Amino acid sequence: MNQKIHTMESDLVRQSAATLASAIRQGDVTSEQVTAAHLDRIEQVDPSVHAFLYVNREQSLKRAREVDRGIAEGNISSPLAGVPIALKDLLATKGVPTTCGSRILEGWRPPYNATIVERLEAAGVVSLGKTNMDEFAMGSSTEHSGYGPTRNPWDLERIPGGSGGGSAAALASFQAPLAIGTDTGGSIRQPAAVTGTVGVKPTYGGVSRYGIVALASSLDQAGPCARDVMDTALLHSIIAGHDPRDSTSINSPVPDVIQAAQSADVRGMKIGVIKQLQGEGFQRGVLEQFNAALDLLAGLGAEIIEVSCEHFQYALGAYYLILPSEASSNLARFDGMRFGIRRGDDGTNSVEQVMSATREAGFGAEVKRRIMLGTYALSSGYYDAYYGQAQKIRTLIKRDFESAFLHVDALVSPTAPTTAFKIGEKLDDPLAMYLNDIATIPVNLAGNCAMSLPIGLAPEDGLPVGLQIIAPAMADDRLYRVGSALEAALVDQWGGLLIEEVPAL
Amino acid sequence: MTSTAFDHVMTEFEPVIGLETHIELGTHTKMFCGCSTEFGGDPNTHVCPVCLGLPGSMPAVNRTAVESTIRMGLALSCSIAPWSRFARKNYFYPDMPKNYQISQYDEPLCINGFLDVTVITEDGPKVFRVEIERVHMEEDTGKLTHGGGAGRIHGATHSLVDYNRAGIPLIEVVTKPISGTGSLAPEVAKAYVAELRELMRALGVSDVRMEEGSLRCDVNVSLSRPGQSWGTRTETKNVNSLRSVERAVRTEMVRQAERLRNGDRIIQETRHFNEETGNTTSGRSKEQAEDYRYFPEPDLIPVAPSEEWVNELRTTLPEIPSVRRARLQQVWDISDFDMASVVNAGALDLIEQTIDSGVSEQAARKWWMGEFSRIANERGCDLVDLPVQPLDIRQVESLIASGDLTDKLARSVFEGVIAGEGSVAEVISLRELKVVSDDSSLIAAIDQALSDQPDIAEKIKSGKIQASGAIVGAVMKATKGQADAAKVRALLLEQLGVSE
Amino acid sequence: MASIDREQVVHLGRLARLELSESEVAHYTEQLDQILSAIAAISEVAAEDIPPTSHPIPMTNVFRDDIPTPGLDRSVVAEGAPAWEDDRFLVPRILDEPA
Repeated sequence: MNQKIHTMESDLVRQSAATLASAIRQGDVTSEQVTAAHLDRIEQVDPSVHAFLYVNREQSLKRAREVDRGIAEGNISSPLAGVPIALKDLLATKGVPTTCGSRILEGWRPPYNATIVERLEAAGVVSLGKTNMDEFAMGSSTEHSGYGPTRNPWDLERIPGGSGGGSAAALASFQAPLAIGTDTGGSIRQPAAVTGTVGVKPTYGGVSRYGIVALASSLDQAGPCARDVMDTALLHSIIAGHDPRDSTSINSPVPDVIQAAQSADVRGMKIGVIKQLQGEGFQRGVLEQFNAALDLLAGLGAEIIEVSCEHFQYALGAYYLILPSEASSNLARFDGMRFGIRRGDDGTNSVEQVMSATREAGFGAEVKRRIMLGTYALSSGYYDAYYGQAQKIRTLIKRDFESAFLHVDALVSPTAPTTAFKIGEKLDDPLAMYLNDIATIPVNLAGNCAMSLPIGLAPEDGLPVGLQIIAPAMADDRLYRVGSALEAALVDQWGGLLIEEVPAL
Repeated sequence: MTSTAFDHVMTEFEPVIGLETHIELGTHTKMFCGCSTEFGGDPNTHVCPVCLGLPGSMPAVNRTAVESTIRMGLALSCSIAPWSRFARKNYFYPDMPKNYQISQYDEPLCINGFLDVTVITEDGPKVFRVEIERVHMEEDTGKLTHGGGAGRIHGATHSLVDYNRAGIPLIEVVTKPISGTGSLAPEVAKAYVAELRELMRALGVSDVRMEEGSLRCDVNVSLSRPGQSWGTRTETKNVNSLRSVERAVRTEMVRQAERLRNGDRIIQETRHFNEETGNTTSGRSKEQAEDYRYFPEPDLIPVAPSEEWVNELRTTLPEIPSVRRARLQQVWDISDFDMASVVNAGALDLIEQTIDSGVSEQAARKWWMGEFSRIANERGCDLVDLPVQPLDIRQVESLIASGDLTDKLARSVFEGVIAGEGSVAEVISLRELKVVSDDSSLIAAIDQALSDQPDIAEKIKSGKIQASGAIVGAVMKATKGQADAAKVRALLLEQLGVSE
Repeated sequence: MASIDREQVVHLGRLARLELSESEVAHYTEQLDQILSAIAAISEVAAEDIPPTSHPIPMTNVFRDDIPTPGLDRSVVAEGAPAWEDDRFLVPRILDEPA
C-alpha cells in the first residue's frame, strides 16, 4: 500500500484525471497529496510557462482536505472527486481575484461564484487557481493578456493559442489534469490544437454561462479541457446541464458523453470533410496529419464524405461584426464606477472623463480595437449593413450545417490552419491573427458543438496538430464517440498519448 | 400663468400632444433578478450581482412582469405580439449599472390599443379616444443623490448612487400623437394619465404611488396653425404628477406659441419640467442626438406569448374602470357631474366599499362627498388617507337608525374618529354623545321646562299643540342636544294628557 | 460599405468612453478601415429574404418566478466599490461643465 502511493506520488502529475479520481476513491492517495503534487509542479514550471495568474496554495490544500473528508464521509461522490483543476480567469470565483486577463479588473474579487464553479465544488473538484488568457478572451495567442503572455510547453518561444492559452498550457505542462476554458470563436479548441491537448466547445446553452464574464453573449460557451477524451467527457458531464440563472441554457438532459467516450466505435458512421476548411491558408503539415487521420477513421469503419459549406467563406466577416458589437456592449460596464480600477478621479474631472480615462488605461489595444469596431457596427446608419447582415449570414451558415448533417453524422476539419506560431509574430497584424479561427468560428455562429483532438506533429516543425470534430446541437456525445475511437487508434499507433512527447520542462 | 395667455394660444394654434408614461410594476422582485422591489430600504440593500451589473451576471425575466404587461396591453385593447424581444439601449450613465438598459425596441410586447378618457367641460363631459402605439417592458435605473451643489445635478461636485431601484420592472405606455383636443389638451393629458393610473390599480399590476416616483411621464407637445402640417415637437422629461402633466402641456403650449409668433423656430429638444415654477427649461444641449445602438439582448430569448396564455390572462382582467364607472353611475342614479365629482375626489372605491358594507347609497355618498371631503380639503390630504373606514360609517348609520345618534351627533363622532380619539364606540363614550333616552331624566327636564314656562304649558293643554315646540326646544337645550326630539314631544304630550 | 475616417474614430471613441490618444486615433483609423474592407465581402451575399439569427438555439419564453431571493450584504458591495460614501457608490460629478 505505502509502496503504491510512493510510486504514484512521483508521477501524480502525469496521471489522467480518471486515474487520479479512482486512486483517491480507493484511498491509495488523498486529494491533498494530488493537489500538493500539482501545486509543487506549478511552483517548479510555471515561472517559465506563465499559465497561471493566481494560485493560492493554502486555500487549495484546505479545500482538498475538505474534499478528502467529504469523500471519506460519503458526502462527495463524483467521477472526478478530489482531482484538481485550473480555471480560466474569465470565471467569477467568490473572493478570489478574477481579472479576465485585464488590468481594468486588477484586484477585483467577485462576491459570487459562476454556476460552473459551484458545480465543480459540489463535485469535489479542487481549484488550483486561475489561468491566463487574452484580455476578455479577445485573441488567439494569449499575448493580449494584460499580465504578459503564456508560453507553449512544446516550445517556450511559441504561443499556446488563445484566448484560453493558460488553461491549455497548464494541461500540456502537467500543472493541472483538468481545466475549464471558454470558446467564443475557438478559444478552447485552437489552444487545445496547438498544445496537443483535448478541448470541447459544448452546444451553445449546454453549459451555463452564468458567472462567466461575457465577451459575445450569443457565441460564448464554456467547456472542458483535458489531456484525453475520457477526462474531457467526465468534466463535461459535471459542468453541463440546465441552469435557470442563464436564460439561454438548454433545459433538456445532457447527452451521455461518458458512455460515448467509452464506446470508441465509429463503425457505420458517416463523417463529412468540409471542403472549404482545407487547402489554401492551411499549413502543409497540418493537412498531412489531417489526411492521415481521415485514413485512420476510414480504416476504423467510418464512411468519409466530402461536404460543401459554401457560406463558411463569410463566417469570419460575420464573426468580426457580431463579436465586437456584443462585446462593445458587454464591456460597457467596465467604467470604474462600481468595481475594478478607477483612473483620473482628481475631484474635478467629470464622470465621463473618469470613465474614459479608466477605460483607456485599463483596456489593452485589442480590446479597444474591438470595442471601436463594435460601436461602429451598431451605430445607427450602419446597423443593417453590418450587424443586421452578419446575423443573416449566421442563418446561412446554420443552414449549411443543417444540410450537411442531413448526410453525415459528424464533420471534421483541421482545428487551426497552422501549428503554434512564434510569440510576437502576428501581434501587430490583427487580420492575420483573426485567420487562426477560420475553422472554429462557424461552429460558434451556428451554436453546435465541436472537439479538438491531437492527431500528431507537423513534420516540418514538430508541433502538435489538432483535428476538429463537429456535431449537431445537443449531439455532443458524437464528438466523444469519434474522438475516443480516433484517440484509441492513435494511442495504438504511438504507444501512448501525443502529450507524452512534450519536451521536459 | 394667466388664462389669457393660454386662450391666446388657441386663437392661432392647434396642439398635438403625445405621452410616454413609465410606471413601476408592483411585482415582488425586480425585472431580471430576485431582489426585492420594496420601497424605502436602506441604500444598496436590495442588490445582487445581476442588478449591480457585475461582470458575469445574467438577467432572468420575471414572469409576473411579463404577465402584468400583457394584461395591461389587453386592458388597453392592444394586440399582443406573438413574438417580442428585449433589446439593449446603450448609453453611459452612472445610475445604470451595465451602461445599457434592457428595454424593448422594434419588437414590443403590445401594440395598437386605445384608452377613452373623459374630460368635464362647460358643455358636459367629453370623451376623447387616446390611441396607444405600444406598451413595452424595461428596467428602472438607480437613484442619484447629488453632493456639493445644493442637491442639484448642476454645480454638484460628486454624486452618490443607490442601486435599490435599479432593475425594478417598468412598463412604458406610448400614445400615438393626440390631435383634435384643442384647448382641452392639458386636461386630456391629465385625464389620460389619471385613467392609466386607475387602470393599473384596477388590474392590480401597480399601486402607482406617484409620491414615490413610481409614475413618470415624458410629454411631447407641438403646435401648428390649423390646416398646416404638425410642427416641431419638444419632449418634456420626467413629469411626475397629474397636476404637473397638465401644467407641463399648458406652459409648453404657451412657450411655443410665443416663439412662433415672434418668428422663432421650435428646436426639437428635451426639456425639463420645474415642479416649483411650472416652467420648462431646455435640456443640456447635445452636439448630436444620442446614438443608443439598440440590438437584440443576446442574454435573453424571445417572449412569444401563445394564444392560450393570452386568453388565460384575458380571463383575469377585472372590469375596466370606465365600464365600472358607467355601471355605478347608473346604479346610483346620479348625474354626469356628480359622478365626475366622485371620481375627482377619489371617492369611487370608498363609496362602493361603504355601500357594500351595508350603508345606503345616499348616505355613503353624503358622508364621503360632504363631511369627509370637507375635512380632507382642510387637511390637504386625500380621502383615502383619512382614518375612517366604511365599517365606521355602517356603525354610525345603524346608531342613527336606532335613534341612538342624531345626524349632528354623528358628525361629532366622525370628527373624533378622524382626530384620532379612538373607535366609534370610544369617541361616543369619551364625548358622551349618546342620545338621552332615559325617560325619567327626560320627564324631569320636561317638568322643569313646563314650570319655567307655565303659559306655554297652558296653551298646549288648551289644544294648541304647535306650541309644544318651545318646550321641546328647551328640553333639547337642557340635554345638550343628546335627546331625540320626537321622543321628547311624545313624552311631553303624554305628561300633559294631550293627544293629537 | 463605407470606409471609416478620423472624425468617425474620434466620435466612436467618445461614444465608447475611450480617451484615445492622437496616435491611437491614427492607428485605429487605419486598422478599422482595413478590417472593414476585409470583411466587406459579407455584403456581397444577397440575403434580403433571409431571417437574421440573433440566438443560435431557438427557444422562447424562459421566465423566472416572482419570488424574492437573497441579495448581497452591503458590506460586500462596499468592498468592491472604487469609492463609497454614506452607504452609496461615490461617482464624479455628472455634468460636463466644471463645478
